[in-house]
Amino acid sequence: MHKAWPFLLSAFLPLACGDPPPAGGPGEGEAAFLQASESAEERVEVPPPPFSPGIYPCSACHSLLPTNPNRREFTGFHADIVLSHDEENRWCLDCHDAENRDLLHLANGAPVVFEESYRLCGQCHGEKLRDWRAGVHGRRSGAWNGHKTYLLCAHCHNPHEPRFQPMEPEPSPISPAETVRGGQGR
Amino acid sequence: MRAPRHEIGQDLTRRKFVSVAAAGAAGYLLTACGPRRLHEVPPDQLREAIEKMERDYAERFGTAVSVSGTGPAPGVEFAYALDISRCIGCRRCVYACVEENNQSRDPQVHWIRVLSMEKEGGVHLSESDPYYDPELVPEEGKFYVPVQCQQCRNPPCTKVCPVGATWTEPDGIVVIDYDWCIGCRYCMAACPYGARHFNWQEPTIPDGELNTEMHYLGNRPRPAGVVEKCTFCIQRSREDRYPACVEVCPVGARKFGNLLDPESEIRYILENKRVLILKEELNTMPKFFYFYGT
Amino acid sequence: METLRMFIGFYAGSLRLVSRGNRYYWAWITFLAVLIVSGALAYHEQVTVGLSVTAMRDQVSWGLYIGNFTFLVGVAAAAVVLVIPAYIYDWKPIREIVIYGELLAVSAIIMCLLFVTVDIGRPDRFWHLLPPLGHLNFPESLLAWDVLVLNIYGVINFVVVTHILYRAFHGKPYNKNIVVPLVLLSIPMAVGIHTVTAFLFNGLAARPYWNSSILAPQFLASAFCSGPAILLLVLQLLRRFTHFEIRNEAIWKIAELMAYAMFLNLFLHGAEVFKEFYSDTEHLLYARYWFLGLGEERTLVPFAWTAVGLNVLAFGLLVVPATRRNWVTLNIGCLATYFGVYIEKGMGLIIPGLTPDALGEIYRYLFTATEFRIATGVFSIGFLVFTLMLKVAVPITLGEFRHKPARTTS
Repeated sequence: MHKAWPFLLSAFLPLACGDPPPAGGPGEGEAAFLQASESAEERVEVPPPPFSPGIYPCSACHSLLPTNPNRREFTGFHADIVLSHDEENRWCLDCHDAENRDLLHLANGAPVVFEESYRLCGQCHGEKLRDWRAGVHGRRSGAWNGHKTYLLCAHCHNPHEPRFQPMEPEPSPISPAETVRGGQGR
Repeated sequence: MRAPRHEIGQDLTRRKFVSVAAAGAAGYLLTACGPRRLHEVPPDQLREAIEKMERDYAERFGTAVSVSGTGPAPGVEFAYALDISRCIGCRRCVYACVEENNQSRDPQVHWIRVLSMEKEGGVHLSESDPYYDPELVPEEGKFYVPVQCQQCRNPPCTKVCPVGATWTEPDGIVVIDYDWCIGCRYCMAACPYGARHFNWQEPTIPDGELNTEMHYLGNRPRPAGVVEKCTFCIQRSREDRYPACVEVCPVGARKFGNLLDPESEIRYILENKRVLILKEELNTMPKFFYFYGT
Repeated sequence: METLRMFIGFYAGSLRLVSRGNRYYWAWITFLAVLIVSGALAYHEQVTVGLSVTAMRDQVSWGLYIGNFTFLVGVAAAAVVLVIPAYIYDWKPIREIVIYGELLAVSAIIMCLLFVTVDIGRPDRFWHLLPPLGHLNFPESLLAWDVLVLNIYGVINFVVVTHILYRAFHGKPYNKNIVVPLVLLSIPMAVGIHTVTAFLFNGLAARPYWNSSILAPQFLASAFCSGPAILLLVLQLLRRFTHFEIRNEAIWKIAELMAYAMFLNLFLHGAEVFKEFYSDTEHLLYARYWFLGLGEERTLVPFAWTAVGLNVLAFGLLVVPATRRNWVTLNIGCLATYFGVYIEKGMGLIIPGLTPDALGEIYRYLFTATEFRIATGVFSIGFLVFTLMLKVAVPITLGEFRHKPARTTS
């Protein structure tokens, strides 16, 4: 994640103006980056986002490709992604930022870093976000009265196909008649 | 020639007094030095008892173990919340508990029992099935309610124990003194949640699967003929950690914390979610709350 | 010295009495001994392997042992059916035989304590119940109450009978200052032991089948018919095999009292059945399982209706004076009472109380061979104790077994 910093800083653009991306210096990039993330008090510490191996930074490819904002079916790269998340009304670029693929964006266009993708999910799933911040939604581990770790939404829910897949259950308990070594003297 | 009656009477009285006094002294000595309930044993004797446990277990299992004697922390009352809109019935909690708490594998002892119920019927214990065994969970039209010790605030089990082998600790955990329990199983009849389990035979733990981090009131290996049950992983929760079932749940359906801490997840749930408790008309006042997170 | 001589004389004499008998006596003793040995071997298996040799599991954690215990507490309490007419009303026909009721009570208490001992998981820890070394959770735990009252009742009865018999052995009347207060105390104690035993079941909110106010009166009613049932059979056997005399009126009066007790028992059961079936809540599940079965689970239904049938038959035979005075029907009535109450208060109380279990599961409990052997072993010990005590008590009351004072040397 830290290796991406130079890319982020160099490739970043002041989105508020909507101008084509100038090669901004570190000062501008940093300010813009800060726009994409929450204040320190609100930011939730999480493990790194669960990227597929090698997929990030997206700008490694996308900075070289033209931006096509029109909705279409993919046949080459990313054809393996099944979108099953309100796909009738939305598609990729409604969450992924068209101009900078290393970021996501909110409904109002504001950029969001992947480490804070919960803010994006929370737009529609506000209750879940509130519960998640309180530690009531999703897994946590750690100390009940001390430091606890959170997980990103994406750690459990595939953002493209969020529905939990059924899993194999552990064995059912042995019935009482058989709950001993070698049965009993019936 | 028989001695006059009054002398015999005097002899009898003196003899009687001495024998009664001797018995009393012996009783006192035995009570002071002999085995006692862990509930009332003074701290130095408790430490000795725990050290003896460590030596005995080390010898029996061939590996070093540590038995903790950590007491309850002030200002703590543990509570548990379980999100039944999330539970998918995978039973990872059941087996994580078995490993963490050194439960017998054969005969099988499970402290957690996951009941599958029909969504249409709602929470209905008499129509539940703990033996579901599909290929994948969750099954269509079913939801799951895991049941374990509810750590009641008004526990029927501690009332009925004839020897006082089970009691509620100040931090709210209902515990059992495995060395004092006589195995009468009255507490099992009294528990409305089927949460207490008996060792019908000598428990067995496979080699290499012993959890060596123990607590004297929690997961230390039990002998045959005594009752055991969930202790909110007392060996973990008193060291500030989540119980094993909370950590292992893949969907985050289990929540645990301090009821007396207004910032805890438990308080958030009680204040913001609709919670329900099982068999609430029995006034057991469980500290185990079921809620619908969705 | 004389005291010791008298004591030894009593013991030696008693040993002589129990070691002499006709072939029926020895057949009976042998039969009991065989069952006791079988029970002891089975108990050894249970102690070494664990309680898994029984059919009890977490879902049905009490079974044959506690069922028998409950029934026998009732039998012990039944001594009061004789004590009240004998001592309160001073009715001579029963006054002559009240001691046998008390002997039965002692034997029954011994069996109760044995059944509890074989049921608990750690019998080596029974001393945990006894202060000062142990800790008795009194007054919170009803089992603690039961331990106290059963032992006190047993001791009272034992002291009364041994005192009376020992004095009779010496041709002296018993000391009224010892006997009368103890006997009067035994009356509320008898009601007490069975009430406490009932309370230990009906205090459990977790078991709706038991959690009923009428359980205590019902226990007493069934106790007062089942205990005397055995006694009547035993008294008739004594009349047949010894010079023992008992007036018919005594037997018929006891049978009449049993009939009224059985009526009360049936009425209370009926009241319970009405409440369950009419209110038709989920608490009905247990009574339904017992009488009608639940779906395919019908294991206990035959037992339920056998018990009802036997109880009704017993009531009919005992309440009608003609059948009560006929020896054949009287004895059929006694046996019907005994087995009817044995079924409905033994297995018929414990198993439906625990089935379906707290989480709605139905586990089919049927006792194993080992369990049965241990139970018959305990019953045999009780019957043996009763037999041996009778073998000494009857000759004493008949005046045949008396202390022969030594020629005094001065």
